[in-house]
Amino acid sequence: MLTALLVMAGVAIVLGAILGFSAIKFRVEGNPLVDKIDAILPQTQCGQCGYPGCKPYATAIAGREAEINKCPPGGEEGIQKLAELLGVDPIPFGGDTQLKPKSVAFIDENTCIGCTLCIQACPVDAIVGAAKQMHTIVAAECTGCELCIAPCPVDCITMLPLEEKITNWTWKYPVYSLARAH
Amino acid sequence: MSTLHKFHGGVHPPSHKAESTQMGIVRLPLPSRLVIPFRQHAGDASKPQVRVGDRVLKGQLIGSPDGFISSAVHAPTSGTILAIDVQPVAHPSALPDLCATLIPDGKEEWVTREAVDFRTLTPEELRGKLRMAGVVGLGGAAFPSDIKLRTGGHQVRTLVLNGAECEPYITCDDMLLREHATEIVQGAEILRHILASDGVLIGIEDNKPEAIDAMRRAVAELGYGFDVVAIPTIYPGGGVKQLIRVLTGLEVPSGKLPGEIGVQCFNVATAHSVYRAIEHGEPLLSRTVTITGNVRHPGNYEALIGTPINELVAFAESLPDTNAYIMGGPMMGLRLPAVDVPLVKASNCIIAASDKLFPPAPPALPCIRCTRCVEVCPVELQPQDLYWFSKAREFGKAQTFSLFDCIECGACSYVCPSHIPLVQYYRFAKSEIRVRTQEKQNADKARERHEFREYRIEREKQEKAEKLAAKERAAVAAKEQAAKTAAINAAQAAEHGVTESPKETSDTPVPAQPDAVLPKE
Repeated sequence: MLTALLVMAGVAIVLGAILGFSAIKFRVEGNPLVDKIDAILPQTQCGQCGYPGCKPYATAIAGREAEINKCPPGGEEGIQKLAELLGVDPIPFGGDTQLKPKSVAFIDENTCIGCTLCIQACPVDAIVGAAKQMHTIVAAECTGCELCIAPCPVDCITMLPLEEKITNWTWKYPVYSLARAH
Repeated sequence: MSTLHKFHGGVHPPSHKAESTQMGIVRLPLPSRLVIPFRQHAGDASKPQVRVGDRVLKGQLIGSPDGFISSAVHAPTSGTILAIDVQPVAHPSALPDLCATLIPDGKEEWVTREAVDFRTLTPEELRGKLRMAGVVGLGGAAFPSDIKLRTGGHQVRTLVLNGAECEPYITCDDMLLREHATEIVQGAEILRHILASDGVLIGIEDNKPEAIDAMRRAVAELGYGFDVVAIPTIYPGGGVKQLIRVLTGLEVPSGKLPGEIGVQCFNVATAHSVYRAIEHGEPLLSRTVTITGNVRHPGNYEALIGTPINELVAFAESLPDTNAYIMGGPMMGLRLPAVDVPLVKASNCIIAASDKLFPPAPPALPCIRCTRCVEVCPVELQPQDLYWFSKAREFGKAQTFSLFDCIECGACSYVCPSHIPLVQYYRFAKSEIRVRTQEKQNADKARERHEFREYRIEREKQEKAEKLAAKERAAVAAKEQAAKTAAINAAQAAEHGVTESPKETSDTPVPAQPDAVLPKE
């Protein structure tokens, strides 16, 4: 009887020690679900979802505080992927959500006064320039978030939709007529 | 004679090759203008090296390679550059691309050509020469040849020369083999020299007996130990991986390149242009192109790169009921969006199409899962599954079913009893997957930049706070010090009744330096 108790207690202590050790050793930093959601989000950091960036929105989704249909740049496909990941039903965008074509910001360099306000607003450091010097957008890094437009005091920033060129052209979904069954 | 192997599937479409092999290669007269696209090869476009109004000589560099996978573009004849702007080109998108327009002056004045003995040059030097001569694969993909000649540490034991020309209608390689066999064999020797290969296998489909004879004679004359192999005629026997399988029995694994299993493959016309580039110092300025189908004089023509297709077909006299032009073969070719596009290095064939030759495809019926496509697929894929996945936009599943191993040969669409444009679905799915991969990379980069920005702002805030704190500490310390000194002075003054200058003390606090914060890895 005593042996059995000792054996059981011993096993419990050993297993507990292993569990305790692995809890420290293999500790997961942060919430892995947040990272998974963040990986789906398009990283425009535009704040259209009402959160100050993609990561905060991902955190809110993970905490079931936000719906999954708040990200217009992610498109329908983003909603689809989020729904799949979270095991919920996909929901359409709200009525007032506008899906815009992919664009990059463009600074009219003749109008720019070099106030650096847009540089401070850019979430991905895609604008170069210095005080009282002309600013310009690094188009390859621009996510098209439009956050630089509002702070500009001279309205010299416009959004240019990405042009379709040979280099970024894609094959379209085949469209053809099906034969009618007789 | 090596034993031949087989690949899975394949089809036997009517060959239609006899029409265009009735006469030898005809050299076309100078066209009225030449439109030379700066992007004629796989990879990055070349960079313009001339300005509008410049007079250029035949063979002068007008676009230099720009990027690792890129090639040079030259003026095909002497003349004046009329414009450098976007022009319609042969591309399925029908989008224009940057081109130089050249008005020939008819003098055909050459730049100085430098012929070299390839045996005295290192592979590196020869690759550089081919890159600057604009030599690209002439079989249709136009991949820069110098890149394929980089062995990357692999030993390329076998060089394969592709003279299979398996697609119907096309006969430009056939005629080139018949008429320029010696030059092709010499080009093959240069390629073999660069790759340091042991053996050369020249694969030609057995429906081209004249070409096989000519090549065998040329090899015997030059005394090289190359093997000219007649391979069975089956489409797509000229696919790189299929040809390597037939000739060597080796299978190029999925996602790998032939070079990684010790084989490299070049088209016979590429070998010809390699010879011209090295032994004569001539860059790639013209190519043999088959003009066939609904024309009065089907045949093979030697045309300058940049010749407008409408001038080509006018020379071969296309018949009035022609309603479209196909660049390439009927299986994999591209229906030209316009006929005023220029001939490029990749254009091996122009077929004038009419409803009689290519009746419009009957309307498609639903897939009945008959798996005839599986029977003919040369890559042993499951085309019907790939079709379902692509149609449903289930790209992940399509990828696990090896979509990217598909060579888009069109054998599946050819046999499909429901006439489904299968290859269109695969192309759509492939390009969507590529776009998504690119978008993912961009998003990851944006995330990284955003996180670094936040970290930087945080760091700056901290540094500022620390600086402020240090300043405050210094001010407090200075005040204390001053009070102390004053007290001492006062005491001393009281003791001695004289004033002394305050003594320097060693314990003046140094303003604290904020510790440099290293960026997170």
